[in-house]
Amino acid sequence: MSQVQNTAGQIEAEKQISPLKQQFKEFWFYFSENKGAVAGLFFFLFVVFVAIFADIIAPHSPNQQYREFIQLPPFWQDGGQFQFFLGTDPVGRDVLSRIMHGSRYSLFAGCIVIVISLTAGVLLGLSAGFFRGFYEVVVMRVMDVILSIPSLLMALVLVAMLGPSLQNAMIAISITYLPHYVRLARASTVAEAARDYVMASKVAGAGKMRLMLVAILPNCMAPLIVQASLSFSTAILDTAALGFLGQGAQAPTAEWGTMLADAREFILSAWWIVTFPGLAILLTVLAINLMGDGLRDALDPKMKRS
Amino acid sequence: MGSETVLKADNLKRYYEVKGGMFSKGGTVKALDGATFQLEAGKTLAVVGESGCGKSTLARLVTLIEKPTQGELLLGGMDIASAHSKEDMITLRQMVQIVFQDPYGSLNPRQKISDILAEPLKINTKMSASERREEVLSMMSRVGLRPEQADRYPHMFSGGQRQRIAVARALMLRPKIVILDEPVSALDVSIQAQVLNLLTDLQEEMDLAYLFISHDLSVVKHIADDVLVMYLGQPVEHGTRDEIFSNPQHPYTRALLSATPVADPNRKKDRIKLVGELPSPLNPPSGCSFHPRCPLANDRCKAERPVLASTSSALVSCHAVEEGRS
Amino acid sequence: MSLLDIKNLSVEFQTAHGLFRAVDGVDLEIDQGEMVAIVGESGSGKSVSMLALMGLLPWTANITADCMLFDGIDLLSISKKERRQIIGKDISMIFQEPMTSLNPCFTVGYQIMEVIKEHLGGTKKELEKRAIELLGLVGIPAPETRLRAFPHQMSGGMNQRVMIAMMIACNPRLLIADEPTTALDVTIQAQILELLGELQKEKGMALVLITHDMGVVAETAEVVNVQYAGQQVERQDVVGLFDKPQHPYTYALLNALPERATSKRLPSIPGVVPGLLDRPTGCLFNPRCQFATDKCRKEAPDHSSKVLCHYPLVDGKPTNNHPGVSASDVSVSGGTA
Repeated sequence: MSQVQNTAGQIEAEKQISPLKQQFKEFWFYFSENKGAVAGLFFFLFVVFVAIFADIIAPHSPNQQYREFIQLPPFWQDGGQFQFFLGTDPVGRDVLSRIMHGSRYSLFAGCIVIVISLTAGVLLGLSAGFFRGFYEVVVMRVMDVILSIPSLLMALVLVAMLGPSLQNAMIAISITYLPHYVRLARASTVAEAARDYVMASKVAGAGKMRLMLVAILPNCMAPLIVQASLSFSTAILDTAALGFLGQGAQAPTAEWGTMLADAREFILSAWWIVTFPGLAILLTVLAINLMGDGLRDALDPKMKRS
Repeated sequence: MGSETVLKADNLKRYYEVKGGMFSKGGTVKALDGATFQLEAGKTLAVVGESGCGKSTLARLVTLIEKPTQGELLLGGMDIASAHSKEDMITLRQMVQIVFQDPYGSLNPRQKISDILAEPLKINTKMSASERREEVLSMMSRVGLRPEQADRYPHMFSGGQRQRIAVARALMLRPKIVILDEPVSALDVSIQAQVLNLLTDLQEEMDLAYLFISHDLSVVKHIADDVLVMYLGQPVEHGTRDEIFSNPQHPYTRALLSATPVADPNRKKDRIKLVGELPSPLNPPSGCSFHPRCPLANDRCKAERPVLASTSSALVSCHAVEEGRS
Repeated sequence: MSLLDIKNLSVEFQTAHGLFRAVDGVDLEIDQGEMVAIVGESGSGKSVSMLALMGLLPWTANITADCMLFDGIDLLSISKKERRQIIGKDISMIFQEPMTSLNPCFTVGYQIMEVIKEHLGGTKKELEKRAIELLGLVGIPAPETRLRAFPHQMSGGMNQRVMIAMMIACNPRLLIADEPTTALDVTIQAQILELLGELQKEKGMALVLITHDMGVVAETAEVVNVQYAGQQVERQDVVGLFDKPQHPYTYALLNALPERATSKRLPSIPGVVPGLLDRPTGCLFNPRCQFATDKCRKEAPDHSSKVLCHYPLVDGKPTNNHPGVSASDVSVSGGTA
């Protein structure tokens, strides 16, 4: 019998060389089944690459004004020049370079918004779901109030109070996203808290903090990660929207939304100034959304096919 | 041979208040309504009953997750009602541990096996990390797991192996009492036998007292020394295994025994048919709570609640048995 | 001609770790009015094979069979539409979890009437009358009032009765019950099994009972198929199976039952059911089999015989010139695995 055990053990050991690698392999199998998600991932990686190396790969400085080349069309149109690949704006700045640098602001804003709202949301939701009672009621009703105000309006009001800048825009957007995380975190906490392993920790004498942070929190993360990846794109959109409304990043910052706002009046005469930043927003947001879908397929056990 | 009594429960009760909704009346659920028993070192007491009989509530009380509404619970001679200090709680907690039914839900999926097993030590003792590790590895080999499995996650184990891990976790603090809450009912027959053997071995080795909660009478018959049959939060019969299985007195025990399928196609089937459903614990029947389903019920059963009384063999709570009509 | 005739049914799934053969060469033959039990542990492919018959598997499943005849109609070659005519009307299936098999948004009566309307038609009055009749048939008290109840207002046992009523609504000729009582209490289980047996006799239905509980098998079935790791290892009538098991797996499984135990230690089967990555060569049971020889480790046994074993057991001893396992080896099969 011991022989039987050994062979079985060996086979088992072989298939479990590295749990992380194994997990990643499984994750990639489900993720890569969604072709759109893979395409989204590659585009997103491309945007990240551009954002990081914008200083090196951008042909011009984003704020350098070439007064002799005002409103130059893209290179393939009559009068276009190859050195200004996507043309120039009304003060002679290179559109391509500005878009490249703009990706920095957009990704940065997205990241910060996610970090703030995720952290605060998880803390509030986790504690609400764990302690229940009056505290939970207060937290959840406050979140309901935030949800009941249109998010852009809410962000505008907050920015109006804090003063328009990219930093304040990010804070404002973070607050409008908070309820989603709180609700998700609370729901998963309530479900997980009833599981036997939490009970087992309790029987072993684990304190409240240990139960919350060690036992429950890691098991609530999957839906939160998916939500984070999906709201990353909305955060970029909202930052751009605030920029467009003049309440976010301020000119001459090469932020996509601000670029759009600056070029509004040239929408008919110089289409490229508006179109390319718009396209950049569109494609980035689309890519992140596709990626988020794939992430959900791969992380959400309910979606997994046996 | 007088074994050491490690747990004494006297008329243990646990009621839950249910808030009334907009359309429903509130009330009291008597999840456990007067359980008296004791556990001895090296012996197994099986608690048998169907859903809603108070088995899980009993487990929560004995593991100190909840306090009883009424009644006395003595663990190793110490009354849990008098334990308030942290030291007392640690002492008590080290005496009782639990193994759950579902091996898939009872292990934290994001923790390594070594962390799961070390957690009770980390919380309750002052051992160093290396001492804990040593303890974990020795316990793993004791329940039949290999040391190289220590750094794996629960999802890499089969149901039977997970249940071994759960047993190991329960034993980390060297408890005197282990609550086994349906420990094998989620396992396949061939694995079930492995786990039952392991439990038997560990009991002999460590002189453990088991409180074995189950609805599967064939398993109970195999492992138990004493049996407590419960119905709707109340004990209906309490006796040794042989008394309960060879000479069941209470009509519910008899029905339960005859309803349990036996793996023998040649056995004559003369089933006692129980009619109806389990009543809601929020609104239990008057008198004896079993009377609406009982073939022997009469007017007295509807009005008066019977108490556990000794008969020729076991303790039985039934008017019919007491009056000798059957 | 038998009512259902499946030969060499195999089901494969594409997974992250490669192809997984959940069902491997299963045969099933049921006559009108017969009661067959399929027994096996988890991972034995017992549910999957029946889901394949019903056409309820996801698209990732690859189903192959030499033949899958129901009443002479080849289920594999007919169109999806024709298949739907048969499934649900002539073949029905009940599942383990009565609470989740019923739609919580609709009343019980509505759900039953929907099934009858779909397959048989009729006016609202007729439908309602038939629904009440069915609920009465499965032993639900006061069926007229229960028609308007929602699933959450009833107990698990009652819901399982409703499921049964729904499934026999069209007078199916074959009913497949997948662990119909596993989620229920013992006393309720006895009631449901009795009900299924009665209905089967009364209506002359063929009944396939999928279960892992040897006790349930012994008390209800006539013929038993034992499955292990997707393969059908033994097929016998119920008395023969329990008295003279021929496959070592069946033999070991029966011995592992606590109620058959002779000592405090149970003779357990070491190891676990092989999964996707640790499938042994030769006979699938060989790593856990106490009688395994080199032949078992190399060659897979012949599918065509009734017992999938090189050395079928007689009275617990292997035959066919088994190189020899002395009786003393047999008895020490227990131990911690």
